Formats: sequence, C-alpha cells, structure tokens
Amino acid sequence: MDKPRIGVFICHCGTNIAGKVNIEEVKKYASTLGDVVFATDYKFMCSDPGQELVGKAIREHKLNRVVVAACSPLMHESTFRKVCMLAGLNQYLFQMANIREQCSWVTEDPELATVKAKAIISGAVAKSRYLEPLNIKEVTINPSVLVIGGGIAGIQAALECAEAGNKVILVEKTPSIGGHMAQFDKTFPTLDCSACILTPKMTSVGQHNNIELMTYSEVKEVSGYVGNFKVKILQKAKYVDHSKCTGCGICMEKCPYKAPNEFEEGLAQRKAIYTPFPQAVPNKPVIDKETCVYFKTGKCRACEKFCEPKAVNFNDTDREIEVNVGAIIVATGYDLFDTRSVSQLGYKKYDNVYTGLEFERINNAAGPTAGKIQLKDGRTPKSIAILHCIGSRDKNYHEYCSRVCCMYALKYAHLIKEKTESDVYNCYIDMRCFGKGYEEFYHRLTEEGVDFIRGKAVCVLDYNDAKTLYPDMVEALGITDSEEDRKKLFVRTEDTLLKKTMWLPVDMVILCNAMKSRSDAKDISRLLNISIGKDGFFLEKHPKLAPVSTATDGVFLAGACQGPKDIPDTVAQASAAAAAAISLVQRNKVVIESATAYVNEELCSGCKLCNDICPFTAISFDESKNRSVVNDALCKGCGTCASTCPSSAIKANHFTDRQIFAEIEGLLNL
Amino acid sequence: MNYYTPFLEVTKTILDAGGEDLKKCYQCGTCTAVCPWGSVREFSPRYIFKLAQHGLEGYEGDELWLCSTCKTCVDRCPRGVGIIDVFTSMRSIIAQTGLIPPTLRSVLGSINSNGNPWAGKREERNIWAKELGLKNFSGETTEYLYFSCCAPSYDPRTKKIAVATARVLKEAGVDFGIFGKEESCCGESIKKTGDNTTYEKLLNSNISLFNSKGVKKIIAQSPHCLYTFRNEYPAHSGNYEQVHYTQVLAELIKGGKLKPKKEFRKKVTYHDPCYLGRHSGIYEEPRDILKSVPGLEFAEMIRIKEQSFCCGGGGARMWMETPKEERFGVMRIKEALSVGANVIATACPYCIQMLEDGRTALGVEDRIEVMDISEILSATMF
Repeated sequence: MDKPRIGVFICHCGTNIAGKVNIEEVKKYASTLGDVVFATDYKFMCSDPGQELVGKAIREHKLNRVVVAACSPLMHESTFRKVCMLAGLNQYLFQMANIREQCSWVTEDPELATVKAKAIISGAVAKSRYLEPLNIKEVTINPSVLVIGGGIAGIQAALECAEAGNKVILVEKTPSIGGHMAQFDKTFPTLDCSACILTPKMTSVGQHNNIELMTYSEVKEVSGYVGNFKVKILQKAKYVDHSKCTGCGICMEKCPYKAPNEFEEGLAQRKAIYTPFPQAVPNKPVIDKETCVYFKTGKCRACEKFCEPKAVNFNDTDREIEVNVGAIIVATGYDLFDTRSVSQLGYKKYDNVYTGLEFERINNAAGPTAGKIQLKDGRTPKSIAILHCIGSRDKNYHEYCSRVCCMYALKYAHLIKEKTESDVYNCYIDMRCFGKGYEEFYHRLTEEGVDFIRGKAVCVLDYNDAKTLYPDMVEALGITDSEEDRKKLFVRTEDTLLKKTMWLPVDMVILCNAMKSRSDAKDISRLLNISIGKDGFFLEKHPKLAPVSTATDGVFLAGACQGPKDIPDTVAQASAAAAAAISLVQRNKVVIESATAYVNEELCSGCKLCNDICPFTAISFDESKNRSVVNDALCKGCGTCASTCPSSAIKANHFTDRQIFAEIEGLLNL
Repeated sequence: MNYYTPFLEVTKTILDAGGEDLKKCYQCGTCTAVCPWGSVREFSPRYIFKLAQHGLEGYEGDELWLCSTCKTCVDRCPRGVGIIDVFTSMRSIIAQTGLIPPTLRSVLGSINSNGNPWAGKREERNIWAKELGLKNFSGETTEYLYFSCCAPSYDPRTKKIAVATARVLKEAGVDFGIFGKEESCCGESIKKTGDNTTYEKLLNSNISLFNSKGVKKIIAQSPHCLYTFRNEYPAHSGNYEQVHYTQVLAELIKGGKLKPKKEFRKKVTYHDPCYLGRHSGIYEEPRDILKSVPGLEFAEMIRIKEQSFCCGGGGARMWMETPKEERFGVMRIKEALSVGANVIATACPYCIQMLEDGRTALGVEDRIEVMDISEILSATMF
C-alpha cells in the first residue's frame, strides 16, 4: 500500500456545525495532522458543488484516503462513498467523522465543541491510515415477494407487486383475506360501503395469476438475506380440498355444531365448518377442529355425507411449505384494546355497552341485526353515548393517539342519525380530524345535531348501580322505574368547557377502543429480525425518510402493524412498501456491505462461541472443516463475533483491531 | 371589564414547590369526573389546574383544601399527573402566606406543642395501653415497634382499635413494644396541610428518635402512618421495614399461628381505606382475615379495591368541617346498607371516625355497626 495521502473535508452544515464549531481553527488543526496533504471546508459538503470539490481534490492531490467531517454516516456515508468511487478510489478508503450529531448539536460551549471536533477528526484521520480497500460484493435477487397478512394493506401491496409482474405469495392466518376492513360497514369520511370497495380487490387477489394465495397459513421460519429469503409456511389443515370444493355451502347448512362467530365479534354464531363471511376469498370453507364434534367423539361427518364433489377430507394434515423470495412485506395489522381492562366502563358487565367494532357489525346490513341499530332486547335506542380515547392517549394503557377513533365516532354518529331518531353524545378530549375531507365531515356532523361534550368519560353505571350509589341523581334526571328506564346506562364525564360534571342517561354506549399492536408482534419481530418501538408496533428504519423500510434489508412494513392508521394511509403505505419491494427485486442484483466479519481458518479452534452470539445468525459451523463460517450476506459487520473470539480468529473488515486502536489513539492525541 | 393574561411567574412558583406535574395536564376532566366530591358538589381539580397553568387568580381559593388525597384521580389520570403532589404544593404556597384554614391552624399548633393534632397532652399518649401490660420498645430486645397513630391515643372511639390490635398481637405471640410518651405524629396529614416547616420538623425528630432506639421493623395501626414510613421517611435516612397490622395478622392466620375461635354471626362488608388500598396496594389481607372468621358472612359493596370510595378523612379533611349532606361517610354507610351488611369493617382510624360519623348522621346506629378488622378479630378471640 502506498504511503497515505489523506484529505480532510470539513462541512459547515449551514450553521448546524459552523454555528458552534470554529471551522477555521479545526481546518488549521486538521492540516497539521500526519499524512494529511489537503484540508478544506465548505458550507454544504453534501451538495453537488461540495461533492465536486471532494472529487476534484482526490484527483488533484492524489488522495488515497478521504475524511469528511460532517453529519452521521447514516445520513451521508453512502453519498461520499459514491464520490470516492467516481474519483477512482475504493469506497472503503473513505472515513466519516461525525461532528454534528455527536458534537455541535450536543455540546453547549463553542470552545469545547471546537476541541471535541478536533478530537473526532484526529481519530478519523488516524483510523483512515489503516483503512484497506474491500471488494464490492453483489448477490442475485429472487424476484418473488412474500406478503404476510391479508388485510387491506396486504391486499394492496400484493396487487401492486403482482401488477408489476412479480410473483407474490400472500400468507393469511385466517380462512379468508379481508382483515378488519371487511368487518366495517361504511368508511369515513366518504361513507363508501366498505365491502363494496374492498371485495373487488379481494377478488382480484384470488384471481391474479401472479398471486399465490395461502389462507389459513402462518409463516413459521425465515432464513436467508436480502434478495434470497427462505421461508417456511405452515398450511393448517382445512379438512376441505379446495381444488374439489365448489363453494356450494351445503356443508355449512348441514353442520349441527356452532361456535362464536369471530367475524361478527362474537355477536352471532357460525358453524364448525365455515367461511368467515359471504364474500370471503377463497369462498370455500374450512373445518374448525376445536368445534367440530367429529374430532371429539368420532361421530357426525354430516358435511362429508352431503358434499357432492367429495371435497371434505377428515384425513387432512398440517403441511409445511418452503418458498424462496427476494423481499418480504409485513402487513400483519393490529389488535383492539381489550376494554374489559377499564372495568369502570362496564363492558361485558352491562348489556348494551359495545366496542367500536361490535357496533360496526350491529350497523352492517350483513351483520347479526341485518343493519338495524338495536338494543339487546330489540328496541331501537333513543340515546347513545360514544366515548372517545378508550385506552388511547392514556399512560395507563397506550400513550399514543389511535388516529382513527375521532373519525369513526363521527361516522357512527352520522349512521345513527340516519337510521334512528336517537340522540347522540360524543365525549371527546380533542377532535382530531386531520385528513382530507375530515374536518368538513366534522362540520357536517355538528349540523346533524350531534351533541359534543369536551371531557373524557370515566365511568358507566347501569340503573341498579346508579340507583344505589346516586339515588338523588337518578331522581333528578327524571328516571322512573319503568321497564325502559330500568335499562338505562349512566355515563359520567365533566364538560370541561362548562366546568360541569355530567351524567348522561343513555340506552347504548359505544367505546372507541385503542388500536394496539398484534399480540404476536414479538414473534414476528424475532422471525424477521425487525425491531419493535416503545408503542409495541414495528419500527421503521427512519420515521421520515425510510418509513416503509426496516432495519433488515429486504423487509418492508405496510399498514397498521407499523402504527395506528386509517384506510387511506394504510393503502398509501402499502403501495409505498410494494414500490420499495419492487424496486429491490427488479434490480436482479444487489450490492451488499463488504464491511463484514471474516474467519481465519488457520486460527479458528472450532469452539462455536461466535455461532450463538451472532445477533444476525450469520455464522454457521462447517462440520467437515471443524471451523466457523460467516455468511457475508447476513453479516452486518457489528463485530460482536470478533470481540468474542478467544483465538482472535475473526477479523471485522473495516473495523479491525488496528483501525479501532488507531482511532482511539487519534481521539486522545490532543 | 377584566382583562386576563397568563401570569407565568405564579405558575413557576407552583412548579418549584413540587408541582412539576402540573405541566403534564391536558385538561381531559378525568380527575373531576372521578372525584368523590363530584357526588355532592361541583368541584373541578381540572379547572384549578388550568388556572394554575396560567398562573391566574382563583386556584388558591377555599376549594384547594377540599382534596382528601384519596388518589382515585391519580390512578385514572391518562397523563400520569401526580395530582396530590400538585395540590400539596399549591397548599404549601398558601401556607407560607399564613392563609390556611383556621381549623388547621389549631391542629398545627397542637402538633408543635404536643406532637399530635388532637390537642391531647403528650403525657396522656399512653393511656390507651395502660392495662395491657405492653413493653416499651427497645431495639435490642424487641422485634417490632407497634406505632399506634395519634388518633387511637386520644380519640375515645379509635382507642378501642389500638387496644384490640395490641391484644390480638400479644395473643399471637408477636414480639412488639411501644414508645409511649415519646411518640409523635407520623406527619402524613401535616404534609397535606401544606405546612412544610412543621412537617419537616416532625419528620426529622421522629427519624432521630427511631434511629436512636434502634427501630428496624414497624407495625403500623394506621395506613396513613404506613404510607409515610414507606414513602417519605427513606429519603431522610429513615429506613425501616414497615407493615400494616392486617398484613401481620393475615400471615399469622395463614400460618395457623392465630385462629379466630368464636363465631361472629354477622353480615360484614369491607371498606378499603384509600391509604391502605390505592396508596399501598393492600387489598387482600383484610379480606382474608374477615373470611377466616367463623360464622361471618362477607358481602362486597359496589365500589371496592381500586375503585373504593373515600371516607373523606384524608388530606387533613379530618379537621375541617363538612356539611352533613356532603359527607362521604354518609354515602359509604348507605352503600354498605344497600348490600345488606350489618357491620362495615375497615382498617384505618380515620375511616373508623368518618364512618361512625356517617352512621350517626344517618341515624342508623341500630342497623349497622362500624368496626375495625382488629375489633372483629378480637371479638372472636376473647
């Protein structure tokens, strides 16, 4: 290797760095460091003229090491690596010195900031002397895409990828795609019928030549790396051969056994052999083994007897299927907050206290009441209270805003007003109507005569409890002991605008419960090696600049698995995730990081310590050689193995011991 | 015409006095809607907080002394605001100007001269224990300090609960002693008056007494003392193992070392004291004790455990006048009657006093009795 000729380029980043750090002083200092043959500064080094400046200096001064002192490598390392490559320098001979995030932004005293910037640059220069050129590695990419989850996010992402010509494997846990959106009645603020806009998309998924739909299936194992994932999928036994089944439905008619209907939120029942709802895709049934009496007693088989095409197969078994894909889109959706944990609200204790999703079904023409808004005893309610922020915006449960409740609460209020004469009260903290057409919808609802009470509702009592605890209140509100009044519910809140505590005697209460992360989000995160944020949802790579990417290359996020979202946002994000996946898999080849670990076979003792400690499962054991082997494509170059190896057999390229010690010495060399 | 504008200097004074959490409030009204005062009158902690957030006049009014520190609002607050701390800090600012309610002034005077809030003489503190033959506490020879609380020392009704507890503990062979005349108020309610000077004096003299006597473990009669030993003393080098007497007794019963003998043929309900329940998380032990009593029929009220309804005696309300129709104790007795109980049991001297008052105010002395858990246990033992 030639004698190092180091160039140092100091960025002002406007006033971000220059406002705190004395650039002139730092530049002078840099030029005194050993092997530094050129040092300069510029207002914005990442700008086109800034990049040209670096490229020109490399050529003119025959630089063979480049240090840019600017922001974090996450922001602009790739920018300057490209500049080096274009100027004919191996990109691994570039070193970033972070004097913004780690210096000017976090140091109050300008003098100390200047001292610190010098130290950081000194460290980077010292390290750069020992940088080695590394080969650029490329891997081929499998053009197929796996989509996990068949709600509206998964459906949208799958269709986008399939339309672009990529093969898609769509895995859905339940017997049908459709997700939560299939359960909704209308969608806000346009009041489109949810099923009417969703089912054409569902059908397209079912019929698309590029989409392999795997319902009643779960992803069990993912190995491999960007462009080359190996995925094991568990296809649960359906006990119905869908290639023979015509979907005639006679089996469901004849089945004598029932279970709570999940699609109807338990408000109705379904058979043991069932499709979740009439527009299901695929519209062919499965047998729920837990409910089916044949699996318990060995008797019945009524469905089999009546099935003309002989599609029922009680000998069906779970199967494991392995597929290879280049990219994965996670669209696993959300769960709803269990309102039983706020016991004061009387959910599952009193009749006529419903969750939002239960009300969706009550209001749905295809639902258990055929769309008639009614109480448990069949009466039409005369007053309904809709309680916002149940489990959302609440440190005791979920601190975040669920983003959809204000709007669906308005939607319910509208539908109630449309179908009944009922009074509607909305108990809210803040109305958050931020989307397109949302504020206008809020305005429309105020004109429809909905009463808005600015205060969080804290408790719901039934007639008996109210009568015992607050007899005066019950009397003062004119509640009699008539049969109808004895079924009243009493909602407690403060109207904070009036400074008056209130009791609302109503017939029905709707709880706008929070959206929360899936109960199995942790399992999925482990499967795919993606992170979970403080709120329990999957963490995107960057909240603004990489909102659909994850920390694992080739794995993307779509929809509410990343955070609470309404349908427009979900669809937009699903398309974005699909675009990101398509742009990856259609590249045919992808460059992977060369700053990875390498096992020196001569030194490796085969102790396997590194095998278990690698957080990316990138190290395997070659039994024939009795040596550990690093898979370059999986390795993230974190260095854990290198520092663990008792024989010093592992070298972390670009972060070798020599480079790190030089950097430390440089940092301290003031 | 008044013109209003925020006066943030005042806000800052409250924040600096320990009311930091004031900043977190987002005005949802949960505190107001769950506050027990809301059952009897208009009272909006949220409104007081908004005034204080702006530093506007009005936060310092008489309503500031309504809060009984029952903690219902703190547990439900979606922003995790330490509402009691904010109230206490606002009270302390007013206390500095000398504008605290007159009845509290005499309480503080009694603390300063007698070491108790009941205007009782220091040398009479021990009278309750005179005939019980209890030993004086010494760290070398005694395991537990039994801390009776000021109320049972001077108030004739609650005196009985200290007697009952001491007798049962003795019967069960628990090794404990008392301080007698040297004992002073734990300071819990004094802190809530806002008079920090008196409170801190009390705290420091108690801790030096405890430390000089070699106290390691304390059995507290009152949940208020328990709370203070647990949450306030450690920061001032007062580190002791503290238990409530119901915890000790429940453990003894569970281990078979204490056995309620005689039948207690009554329908009993249990009122969770705020400082035992919400403040200290002790819900099951008192119930376990009651359920171990032969012949006792146990019935729960509607508002229990985390949702228990305050007796109205906390937060120094004990020494402030409340109109009869606004007394929480009255409502609690009504609730107990509604489940058909002829005994309402509890485990706090303040609750005993407030519930007894409610029973008298309602004129239902013939229908329901107020008893401490220790009294019920004692009745089945002796």
